[in-house]
This record gives sequence, structure tokens and C-alpha cells, in this order.
Amino acid sequence: MSPLALAFVITALALIGWVTARARAARFRRGTTRRFSSLPQHHGWFVAMGTLLPALLFLAVWHLTAPALVTEAVLTTPGAATLPPPGLDRVAILAEARNLAAGRSYGAFHPLSEQLAPAYAAAQRRYDWIATAVALLLAFVGGALSFLRVRPGFSARTHVERVIMGALLGASLIAIVTTIGIIVSLLFESARFFHVVPISDFLLGTHWSPQAIDPRDPGASLGAVPLFWGTFFIGAVIAMAVAIPFGLMSAIYLTQYARPATRRWVKPMLEILAGVPTVVYGYFAALTVAPAVRDLGVALGVSWASSESALAAGAVMGVMIIPFVSSMADDSLAAVPAAMRDGSLAMGATSSETIRQVLLPAALPGVVGGVLLAVSRAIGETMIVVMAASGVATLTLNPFASATTVTKQIVDLLTGEAAFDSAKTLAAFALGLTLFVITLLLNVVALIVVRRYREAYE
Amino acid sequence: MSKSLVPGAPVSAAAPAERRPTDWRTASMQRRVRQRYAAERRFRLLGLAAVVASAAFLLFLLASMLARGAGGFVETRIALPLDLARAGLSVTPAQLRGPRADLALAGAGLERAVDAAAGTVFPRAGGAVLLSDAAWLRVREAVKRDPSLLRRRVTIEVPVASRLDIAFKGGGTRAERALARSLAPHLSRGLNRDFLGGADSTDPTRAGIWGALKGSLLTMLVTLLLAFPIGVLSALYLEEYAPRNRWTDLIEVSINNLAAVPSIIFGLLGLAVFLGTFHMPRSAALVGGLTLALMTTPVIVIAARNAVGAVPPSIRDAARALGASPVQVVFHHVLPLALPGILTGTIIGMARALGETAPLLMIGMRAFIAAPPERLTDPATVLPVQIFLWSDDVQTGFIEKTSAAIIVLLVFLLAMNGLAIYLRNRFETRW
Repeated sequence: MSPLALAFVITALALIGWVTARARAARFRRGTTRRFSSLPQHHGWFVAMGTLLPALLFLAVWHLTAPALVTEAVLTTPGAATLPPPGLDRVAILAEARNLAAGRSYGAFHPLSEQLAPAYAAAQRRYDWIATAVALLLAFVGGALSFLRVRPGFSARTHVERVIMGALLGASLIAIVTTIGIIVSLLFESARFFHVVPISDFLLGTHWSPQAIDPRDPGASLGAVPLFWGTFFIGAVIAMAVAIPFGLMSAIYLTQYARPATRRWVKPMLEILAGVPTVVYGYFAALTVAPAVRDLGVALGVSWASSESALAAGAVMGVMIIPFVSSMADDSLAAVPAAMRDGSLAMGATSSETIRQVLLPAALPGVVGGVLLAVSRAIGETMIVVMAASGVATLTLNPFASATTVTKQIVDLLTGEAAFDSAKTLAAFALGLTLFVITLLLNVVALIVVRRYREAYE
Repeated sequence: MSKSLVPGAPVSAAAPAERRPTDWRTASMQRRVRQRYAAERRFRLLGLAAVVASAAFLLFLLASMLARGAGGFVETRIALPLDLARAGLSVTPAQLRGPRADLALAGAGLERAVDAAAGTVFPRAGGAVLLSDAAWLRVREAVKRDPSLLRRRVTIEVPVASRLDIAFKGGGTRAERALARSLAPHLSRGLNRDFLGGADSTDPTRAGIWGALKGSLLTMLVTLLLAFPIGVLSALYLEEYAPRNRWTDLIEVSINNLAAVPSIIFGLLGLAVFLGTFHMPRSAALVGGLTLALMTTPVIVIAARNAVGAVPPSIRDAARALGASPVQVVFHHVLPLALPGILTGTIIGMARALGETAPLLMIGMRAFIAAPPERLTDPATVLPVQIFLWSDDVQTGFIEKTSAAIIVLLVFLLAMNGLAIYLRNRFETRW
């Protein structure tokens, strides 16, 4: 039976259980004045869960183990005796045979896989039948056992609510599992990378050219300092040079000067700027901004200005960050007690004097925290730099020169045609780990700064 | 501040007796006031300039995409006189019925016949070079609809090659534009159905957006089915039931942290776990949806927590007082009241996921996919990745396709955000 049909049958069984149990519970309510802890539908849900959960649990576990069991069964067939010893070839042949058996591919690259395909199909069919039978049996037995418990005195609600609470807890644990998944997978692959390349070469080396890795000394061409510099230069210097003045000034104008009607229109418009997908910014940066920046550079006398300059990518990234900085500044300005502003205005200071000499110094920690969060977002930004920045890692201070970033290199390293565990792909994970750690630190520091500042005024 | 704002006024508190009222009419005082007001106006203008510049950038971005992309929805057609009776096609009318008609017509040399017709009608303009790769497919469709075309002379409008298409729309080199002008009597414009209904192609005139759009819809379906229930359930747990202890703090910290992790890191996670450990199919909508779900869940959790927290405690107290269990309080009363806020947050999170590119590149969704995906495990691509792939293509014909795809993506995002705003305004209660 196909998985979909099986799920359908089990759900149908659960539905039958729900209806019958509900009817039964409703029947023993009739004609008595006794009070019950559970409504009829609680009994219904209890039986439905008793039908569904064991079968689904079994299928989930089965789905993880079955492929291995099928492969084991195939390996015991006589056709498997001529397989090459364990290694990449063997895995490739087995995968091909599996695809042939499942009807996912039509031509076989390897003759042996064509031989093994029937064995695969047979084993798959056998195990599918076992799974179907066991799942149906579990659903039936589970449903029957729970149905037998439906009695007037049985508190089905407690059981149902316990399952619901379990589901709630399980759902919130997924966040922890994801975090652990990120940390473990990054650490694991990075550890394999640092096995090949010394960590000092990676963190302190100043030469980055993954296209030409010397197998005897891979660390010599995998020094990430130019990437760190490029990331810092584009994301934290150029982008912030655009985003901070524009974001801060628009927040000040919108909160202190603009009429409420204007504010109602302009603020969502700025938020649209944040909602535009980064790939659109990247296309705009590559097609419109980058050539303009190069022409500007040539006009300014930098004859070798790159068409993939740091300035183009950074400036567009800065525009993308404007609404983010603006809303953070907005929040911190709003958190300054009105008494401070009123006091300053009452002393005869103009609005701009009040803003510059009272509001901004008071809101500074909040603004700084917001800027740190903005930096963390900018250095993790990928598509703009992938499309508009260059792939050549240089240590330069000139905004018209080309620069590359960590995220750009991760994409370049992983989208090439390299084996999954070559030094190149593993380097991407090491870069990812660095990026993760840096953004995490920035976020933590920013949150501490913002929280301290909030406490000061509350 | 050591200097007094008012010149001549005593700074030290030791000599308060000498204080006199400031004379605001003196020339120096007047000048000071003028300067301060000028500074005020400058500052205010600066703020206005920042707002106007940001808005202008947005408008410029949208306008340039519209101007460049509008042409992508339109194709140039050329009226091509055909005499298929003389072309010597070896097909019988019986072969034109049923599913094997495509093969029969292709085998009979229809493509050659169409190219030859172009060669005889427009010999000086280059003949078959003028036609798009899709031209003979149009003829094939027409013949399938009306087999009598095989026996008479007919004029069919077929799409032209990319270069001529661009030239007719006013781009390309001077020679190409001259060619387009000389052919102008035969050329016409029409809606590009291949773009709206087809999938990726190596020929810009045949490339379509539907394959990527369908991939996006499948991916979003997986994301929504996972992220929405998980996000809402964990928000309910954290906001309503969770005891205040170290575990709860850990969950909160990881959710807040996940919401700020760069999206590309989720791509690395998807690559290492879903592809590396679980051997799921590369570039499938299923894997893309799973990866984006991990990224979107924290956003939904945070939005849902705000919405749930905004429901006043009196509602909960009233329900408890009437004998509802904690689960009934939340699922019968709190959740329905918080739902508009939760949906708003979910739509905004989904809009972000729809525009996301980097994590999907990591899990191999950058392959050339020439057919729309049929199942969740089929190789697929999504709109933003399609935009990225086309933007990388060297053929000039893809420039307008890229911008047109961007327009399609922005229309979807705008619709989603509009829906979120509508929901917020229509249903959200201010307690």
C-alpha cells in the first residue's frame, strides 16, 4: 500500500473510533443527572489518539530503519556477490539500483545496478507489506484497547489534555533541537576541516584562493583574513555609513517632526524597503548600481575601479538596512522619558537642540544596540554580495576595489562541483561556524546593551 | 556645560545679584536667534531629505524593475506564411489524434519545414535565424488543433528569436534595430504565454516562470504545514503553561537567537542534516520547505507570543471561573482571540520565506529545471532562485525575463503583506 493510502486508512480508522466512542459516551450520559469529568467528544478524541499515535510512531521509526533493512536483504541475494568492496562505487551502484526499483530513473549507468534492481524491488515490496500489516494491526489494537476504556467513570479528558500538553512541549523543544542541530553540524564538519587545515592557518592566513588548493599544504591557500576584512568592510563600514545617517535621520524626522498623517504613510513605505527580497537588491546592485559606481570611480581618477566594487554591494546593503536602523532608533527615542524632552523645550532649546543634546545622548545605548543588530544582519546578508561583490579576496581599504565576504565564499564553495567532504566544502562549514559565532556574539552584546538601557528608564 | 547660553550672563553661582534680564533686541542676540533657527531648519530639512531619499530609492528600484520587466510579459511575433502541403510532411491525419501526435509531427520534420518557410519568405533577413526555438511548437499546436492546415496555405504568427524580440522592443544594436524596422510590417506583439505557463529554458523567448512559481508554492506549502502548527503550539506553551525555570529560559534564548541567525546558516544545516545525514533528494521542494520551516518557525513563535500575550487575563479568569480546564481556556478562548495577530505574523514570516534565496542555494536548488515539479520530491526551483539563475545568464534576452520574474515575485509579496495588513485592521482588537 502506498504511504498516502495507508495514512488515509489509519485516519479513517481513527475517525470511526472517534464517532463510535463519542456515541457510546453520549449514550451513558442520557437519563442520568450524574456529573461527568469528560465530554463525549473527549472520549472520541481519546480513542482517535489511541488509534493514530501507535501506528504513526511505528511508521516514523520504520521509515528511518527500513532503507537499511532493505539494503541488507538485497546484499544477501546472489546478485550482490559481485559488488565492489564498500566504498563510493558500491554506494553509487546501490543508490542507482534503488532509484531504478522505485521507478525514479529509467536508464542505468552501471550494469550491475540493473541486475540488482529486481531484488531491490522485491525486498522493498516485502518490507512495505510488513509495515502496512503492522501499522494497521497497531492502529486496530490501539483503537480497540482505548475503546474498551470508555466508561462513565473514565476521565478521558485528563488523558487527552496530557497528550496535548506533550505536543505543546514537544513543539517548543524543536527550537532547542534546531539550535543544537546547527551547532553540532557546524562543529562536526569544521572539526573535520581543521583536521586537514590547521586552525591558525585558517584564522590568521592572508591568502585565500580555494580554486587552487595545494594538496600538500591546503592551509596556505585557505587563510580567511581577507574574507573577514571584506565582510567587515562591506557590512560594518560601508553599509553602516549609508544606513546609520539615513536610518537615524528618518527616525528623528518621523518621530519628532512629521505630522501623524505623514507618519502613517511614510513608515509602511520604509517597511516595504525591508520587505523587498534580497535577490532583488542583488540584481539591482549588479545591474544598475555597480556600473554607476565604477563610472564614478573612473571619474574620480581611480582608473582600475572594479565593476564588482565593495562600494556598490555595501551601499545597496546599507539601503536595505535603513528601515531596520530606523525602527530601532524609533523605539529607543520613544523610550526616553517625555519629562527630559519637555524640560529641555521649556528651557527654550529648539527642537533640534533638544534632539541633539538631550534625546540622542539619552537614547544612545539603545541606538548602539540597534546598530550592532544591524551589523549582525548585514554581515550575514548573502544574496547582495553573491550577485554584486567579487569573488577575489583582497585586503584593501579602497571602496572602489573589489572585495569578497564570508557569505559569498560559502555560496561559491558549496555550489561548485566538488565532493561533499573535500577541503573546499568543509571550508564552507568552517566559514559558517565563524559567521555563526560572530553574529551570535553581536546579538548577545546588543541585547545586553539594549536591556541595560531599558532598565535605566523603567 | 561651562559656557552660558546667554552671553554676558554670569556663569558662576557666586554672583547671582548681578543678573539682569536678557535684552533680546540687541544685534548679537538677534543674530544668535537667527542662527539657531537656521540650524533648526537645516536639521529638519536633513531629516526630510533622509526620508525622501529612502522613499526615492524604493520608487526608483520599483520603477526600474517595472520599466525593464514589462517587456518580459510580451512577445514579438512574426507572421509566417506556410505551405505545409508542399513541405512533404509524412503524417497521416490518424496520427494527429491521441497522445502520439507530438512525436509524429516532430518525426515528420515539421521543424525543418517551418525553418525552410522562414528561409524562403525572409531570405535577406536571415531566414530561420529570425525564429524562436518555440516557433515550430506553435505551428505544431495549431496543426494539432486543426489538421486541415496540413493541406492548405496558411499564415501563422510565431514568436521571433530573442535578438529580434529585443530590437523590436527598442533595445539591441543599431543593426538589429534596423532589421526590426525593415520587418516591422510582419511583426506584432502579444501576451507571452510561454512565460506565464512554462518552465526554465536555455532560450530566453521560451523561458517561463510557472515552473519556479509552482516550486515556490510547493515549498511554501511544506513550510506552512510545519512552521505554523509548531510555531503556534510552542508560543502557547511558552506564554501560557511553561514554568519559569532554566529549561524555559533555554528555549526562549534559542528561539530569540534562531530568529537572528543569518539565513545562510540554515542552508548549511539543511545541507548537513537533510542531505548529508538523511539522504533526502537534492533540490527538492520538500527539503527546501523543511529548511525554510526551521527558519520561519522562530518568527511565527515571536509573533504568536505577542498576540497571545495581548489577550487580557480577565478572559482567562472568566473561563477558569466557569470551570474550564487550562487546555480548554487556551484552545476555546485565548487562541481564537489571538488568531488574527498570529495569522498576521505568520503571513509576514511566510513572505520572508518566499523571498529567501541563500539557504535554498545551499541545498542544491540552483539546478536547471526544465519541467514544473509534480511531486514534493521532484527537483524544483523557486522564484527567487530562478531570478538569481537568470540574472547570471549572459544572454541579453534574460535581462527582461529577470525583471519580469521580479515583478511576479513582488506582486506575490505585496499581496501577502496587503492581506496581513487587512487582517490586522479588520480583526485585531485593541483591549
